[in-house]
Amino acid sequence: MNPLHLKLYINAGYIVAAVLFILGLKLLSKPKTARTGNLLSALGMFVAVAVTLLSQEIVDWRTILICVAIGSVIGVLASRLVALTAMPQMVAVFNGLGGGASLLVAWVALFGSTHRFVAIAVVLSIVIGGVTFAGSGVAWGKLSAVLTSKPVLFLSQRFVNAALFLVLIGCAVLFVLEPAPTSYFLYAIIGVALILGILTVLPIGGADMPVVISLLNSYSGLAACAAGLAINNVILIVSGALVGAAGIILTNIMCKAMNRSLANVLFSGFGAQKTATKVVGQANPITPEDAYLILEAANSVTFVPGYGMAVAQAQHVVHELGTLLENRGADVTYAIHPVAGRMPGHMNVLLAEANVPYDQLLEMDDINPKMNTIDVAVVIGANDVVNPAAREDDGSPIYGMPIINVDAAKTVFVLKRSLASGFSGVDNPLFFNANTRMLFGDAKQSISALITEFKD
Amino acid sequence: MEVVLLALILVLAIFLGFELISKVPATLHTPLMSGANAISGITLVGALLAAGTGSATPALATWLGAGAVIFATVNVVGGYLVTDRMLGLFKQRAKPTDKEK
Repeated sequence: MNPLHLKLYINAGYIVAAVLFILGLKLLSKPKTARTGNLLSALGMFVAVAVTLLSQEIVDWRTILICVAIGSVIGVLASRLVALTAMPQMVAVFNGLGGGASLLVAWVALFGSTHRFVAIAVVLSIVIGGVTFAGSGVAWGKLSAVLTSKPVLFLSQRFVNAALFLVLIGCAVLFVLEPAPTSYFLYAIIGVALILGILTVLPIGGADMPVVISLLNSYSGLAACAAGLAINNVILIVSGALVGAAGIILTNIMCKAMNRSLANVLFSGFGAQKTATKVVGQANPITPEDAYLILEAANSVTFVPGYGMAVAQAQHVVHELGTLLENRGADVTYAIHPVAGRMPGHMNVLLAEANVPYDQLLEMDDINPKMNTIDVAVVIGANDVVNPAAREDDGSPIYGMPIINVDAAKTVFVLKRSLASGFSGVDNPLFFNANTRMLFGDAKQSISALITEFKD
Repeated sequence: MEVVLLALILVLAIFLGFELISKVPATLHTPLMSGANAISGITLVGALLAAGTGSATPALATWLGAGAVIFATVNVVGGYLVTDRMLGLFKQRAKPTDKEK
């Protein structure tokens, strides 16, 4: 075929792919059409890959076939076998691989061209891709409890980061002045980017993970976008920018839900500085038998899940209890805080897995005005997102964070292992309120005990 | 000119991304994120071009490209499948009135 025509077909294919990605993202934002949206987006990816294979630059099919086969097998197995509770770490891994791939693509671009513009794009892609790759690795470690989920802080951390950043800028300038695929400055840039990725995510604690995950998601898009600039490929630029923008929006939503700036999440280990008012008082424990009596009489019940529900894998028994209550005529809802769990929408996915219909899940702003009409609010493994100190105690590290106002409900059950403070290390005055009852123990066992009471 | 054109495309795509995502219900945050992540696997296109050049480039380039293809393929295949798996779980409350329609 005429090479000019071929190029035209390939670019036409890229336009089709871009349209499919855009439609896919649009449909992904409505529950009813989301699945179709994802399929359209996958079709777009198929078109993009298929027309790329027409390129005349591609002569070595064996390498491609072997590598695609390896990647596909890993991808299929991972997506099928990994439990849904492990979804945050899986998203982190996929993010990291995308960033790593963009880093490598940009590196290879230097073998084709060492034009100044290419060199700058390569540096951008390698830095963003490297930070994404290494940062996602650390995020995976924290989410899968290989690494501690507490913020890791060391003295002079900011000094080290600043120094590394200066080294990075220096190497980048020297590299761009004399670009080459085997330049020592290039190796230094890769090394520093990886170290920066590790050092930026290490100090971030478990509860801030929703912000980090969506930020890394944004980075993986931006890395692809920069790689597209390096190899002069429009579909990479468009898709990468779309993902980058989407990730930034999501990151912003997460930050707002914690009333913190992105800089605050990234640069200050949570709970390290401020000291909240110590809460003194007497918590009121309750047995499953007594809790059953209260629940049985309730006309409206709302469940407020947190990361603890994911850890205890309690979503199925929660739904079972919810259904039992509904069958008795109670109005049952689930109140979801935007940053509950370890990634955006974490609780929604877990409850969907347990067959809870999504229209029964209420967002924080929808449930709060109605909270005073709720008979029983059942808090399952959530802590900071229901802590009234965020509203009342201006000395508290979480002061100003919007919370689900469970304390306004007539009765609050808190399912918890002990009275220990939440992730942020802040005491929770909710536990000592007159209308709060503590149901101590493993969330799954406590709810199972309640279900047994209902069935007897 | 070429650079200006690429920059224009970049800026427009960013604005489009902001517009598309600004109103997403919280329920869909995770699938949206993993679906968007699968799209960022588009770097696979670049990886294929990098890995397939054969003897036209040094062996190092082919090896780097091969690694990129594996990484990006996992990202694409895994990302789309896991998003589909999650979305398959999302159900609306069964309403008898809907069935009658």
